[in-house]
Amino acid sequence: MSTPTIEQVVESIKEKFGDHILGQEQQYDFTVITIDKNILFDLCRFLYDDERFQFRYLTTACGIHLPDLPKPFAMMYQLHSLVFNLRIRFKSYTTLNDLQFDSLIPIFSAANWMEREAFDFYGIRFKGHPKMVRILNVEDMDYHPMRKEYPLEDLTRTDKDDTMFGRDQAGFKKLN
Amino acid sequence: MKDIISSPKIEVVKAPEGFEGPGFFATSLDKVVGLARKNSIWPLPFATSCCGIEFMATMASTYDLARFGSERLSFSPRQADLLMVMGTIAKKMGPVLRQVYEQMAEPRWVLSVGACASSGGIFDSYSVLQGIDHIIPVDVYVPGCPPRPEQILDGVMNIQKLIQNESLRRRNSPEYKQLLASYGIE
Repeated sequence: MSTPTIEQVVESIKEKFGDHILGQEQQYDFTVITIDKNILFDLCRFLYDDERFQFRYLTTACGIHLPDLPKPFAMMYQLHSLVFNLRIRFKSYTTLNDLQFDSLIPIFSAANWMEREAFDFYGIRFKGHPKMVRILNVEDMDYHPMRKEYPLEDLTRTDKDDTMFGRDQAGFKKLN
Repeated sequence: MKDIISSPKIEVVKAPEGFEGPGFFATSLDKVVGLARKNSIWPLPFATSCCGIEFMATMASTYDLARFGSERLSFSPRQADLLMVMGTIAKKMGPVLRQVYEQMAEPRWVLSVGACASSGGIFDSYSVLQGIDHIIPVDVYVPGCPPRPEQILDGVMNIQKLIQNESLRRRNSPEYKQLLASYGIE
């Protein structure tokens, strides 16, 4: 079997999923494809099963929050074909009211940890995940700290004088 | 043995103040116990990040914490006298640290090494405990990011001063019980 190029991969994705491919760009040596989140599972299943490509390694996955976009939340997935040494990245945007993605655990077991992490930090839920609870932060945390509406600083501390340390509360308000 | 002790290179702990005569020496129990405790501290290293690396240097031959009677590290809190907290303590680590402290037998001391353990340091963040004194009482703070081994030694020597001068009744005093109660420890 000859080694496919990344162009061939993109070509066959477009052929199969057509309208659900919302964009394509090249970020350095990474091909990034923006997709409709409804086809995420089928797309990964297709790339995993297809003997021509064999994307059988989920390198990483994470949540994204870009508050200025019309669809501010996203999930990012990177797949790797170990056999052909091909890499591809998917992004799938959504809104605050629709923070649910299909879980990729039936395809990649590695998604279990990453999806819990995305839930912990961004509040993105995954349909079909067996244990959708926090993984890294303290259990009793009541918000999702990597969302941009929350300041990075620990809001419970009282020992720092803002006038001396230059913490700009107005800057936080601007974000919200 | 006598030659070693009288060698100018070797310093041996001096006897406390007291009355000395032929065949006897009298002093107060406080001073003897303080002297013994001070020079036989068993530290428990609770090292979570770069300050822990400095602690390794402190234990190694150049700086050699063993010179102060602390060569025996205790990796069980039950036999430890001194809890040395070195490094960033995440909020999720807080209950673990507190449990370690609770497992230590009295009398116990705590040395907070470095900016992170003392105040959260540069990690003014949602996930980091802003100083271990939010969950356990601390006796001596060592500043620095990370502190040099000399500073850690200085912190241990300050702990030694506290130990030497501590009243034998302190751990039973209402003030001490109140201190522990303010942390919810009993």
